Amino acid sequence: MKLSEKFSRGELVVTTEVGPPKGFHVEPMVEEAKEYLSNITAVNVTDNQSSVMRLGSLATCVALKNAGLNPIYQLTCRDRNRMALESDLLSAAMFGIENILCLTGDHTKLGDHPGAKPVFDLDSVSLLYTVGQLEKGVDLGGNELVGEPPKFCKGAVVSPCSDSIDAQLAKMERKVMAGAQYFQTQAVFEPDKFIAFMDKAKQFGVPVQLGVIIPKSVGMCRYLNANVAGVHVPDELIDELKADKEKTKAGITGVEITARLIKQCLPYCQGVHIMAQGWESKVPDILKLAGL
Amino acid sequence: MLITELKSRETIEALLTGKVFIINCHGCKEVHFPEKEAEALQKELTGRGIVTGIMTTDYICNPENMKLRLKKHMSEIAMADMVLVFSCGVGVQTVAEYLENKKVCAACDTYPLPGYQGVTPLEHKCDQCGECFLNITGGICPLTACSKSLVNGQCGGAKAGKCEVDPDMECGWERIYRRLKQVGRLDVLKCPVQIRNYATDKEV
Ligand code: SF4
Ligand code: SF4
Repeated sequence: MKLSEKFSRGELVVTTEVGPPKGFHVEPMVEEAKEYLSNITAVNVTDNQSSVMRLGSLATCVALKNAGLNPIYQLTCRDRNRMALESDLLSAAMFGIENILCLTGDHTKLGDHPGAKPVFDLDSVSLLYTVGQLEKGVDLGGNELVGEPPKFCKGAVVSPCSDSIDAQLAKMERKVMAGAQYFQTQAVFEPDKFIAFMDKAKQFGVPVQLGVIIPKSVGMCRYLNANVAGVHVPDELIDELKADKEKTKAGITGVEITARLIKQCLPYCQGVHIMAQGWESKVPDILKLAGL
Repeated sequence: MLITELKSRETIEALLTGKVFIINCHGCKEVHFPEKEAEALQKELTGRGIVTGIMTTDYICNPENMKLRLKKHMSEIAMADMVLVFSCGVGVQTVAEYLENKKVCAACDTYPLPGYQGVTPLEHKCDQCGECFLNITGGICPLTACSKSLVNGQCGGAKAGKCEVDPDMECGWERIYRRLKQVGRLDVLKCPVQIRNYATDKEV
């Protein structure tokens, strides 16, 4: 099912994401997804996330789809030029993948192949535009496709707590112009900033899903603060994780914080995107606690 | 060598707003400059009465040299709504940085040719992409100032204004956004989707 159908009915869209393994045995991941994520609208499959080489996003999407889940095919512009991206989009259509998420992608230098050539022939905006062209039956070279053109629900990302918020909003507008139909945000830990962002972003008239990361530990939060762009975990939350070591270790504090953030922000947006990062098993608890 | 070529007539017309001050750089002998075409165009613009002044000089990529030459023309520049620069990409970037409150536009595209690249100072770089983007980026080259050479805006990787690849480097798109805001040209960010053309290498 295309996410756009659900958004247009005014229904809340809940998504989460899985990262393919560094190997080709996808079964454990699919089993886990079936167990914990079956009730969720759709599941993002990351594309060599953080520039770390893994099993392909499209192949993993097909495995999830065969298991009855609704995958969102993430595409980054780091590893493929426009021809490879267009060709993979046609492959996705052939496999019946309906939802995609277009990203620029992290630089190769940040990952496990720092010597690899960073491609960036296209970027998130021009990739969205490219998908729109394919949907019209022409490729970027101006050549006609044979037969029925593909049709996707096209998503993009935005970073609402970024310290470059104006530049981010300008980019968001370009993505909307290029055909983005929904947005998932970078992880939010500061509801005030998110609400202020939504106040400006709502003018684009495109649904936005609040992004959340489950805070697993104090160390993880410190790591996010030091290294991840657009993410800031405030001291109060870190103190909350420190306060009850046992509860934090068991994941209960992280689940509580995540559910609370969702409750605070949900009135201002159209859905939630939970980045569980290995804690897929906690997703049902979060949704229950957030009242979803 | 590199070669500069005039942008198309429509492109240049679309850039014009109000009165114009023109800068020609006939600097390095390593750069081929479209002298005749530029002259014809400038004559026409002068005929239309929109030119406040023309300065023809060399090495505008050298900031000290450029500032010195511009001094004599400051009143003409003040009268103009924009400055149109006929030079390689480095020259345009140098002028745009110095005249930080003026709309500074590139009238040329810069292509590479095999051979010696001429003398350019280190502050500004031009990759001779053949389809100069400086007019939609406030005169800051997106190909050399952004680690991913993005032409449609900032990626999600900037942290505290610094680039995700190099924390010592200011994010190029952060700089571009700031400059566009400063010169009141944020509207150019609503321009059509940009897609690089890698087939621009000119064989002579
Ligand atoms: S955009 Fe940059 S690389 Fe391209 S011609 Fe202009 S200054 Fe040179
Ligand atoms: S952080 Fe800024 S300079 Fe670095 S790749 Fe992203 S947009 Fe370009």
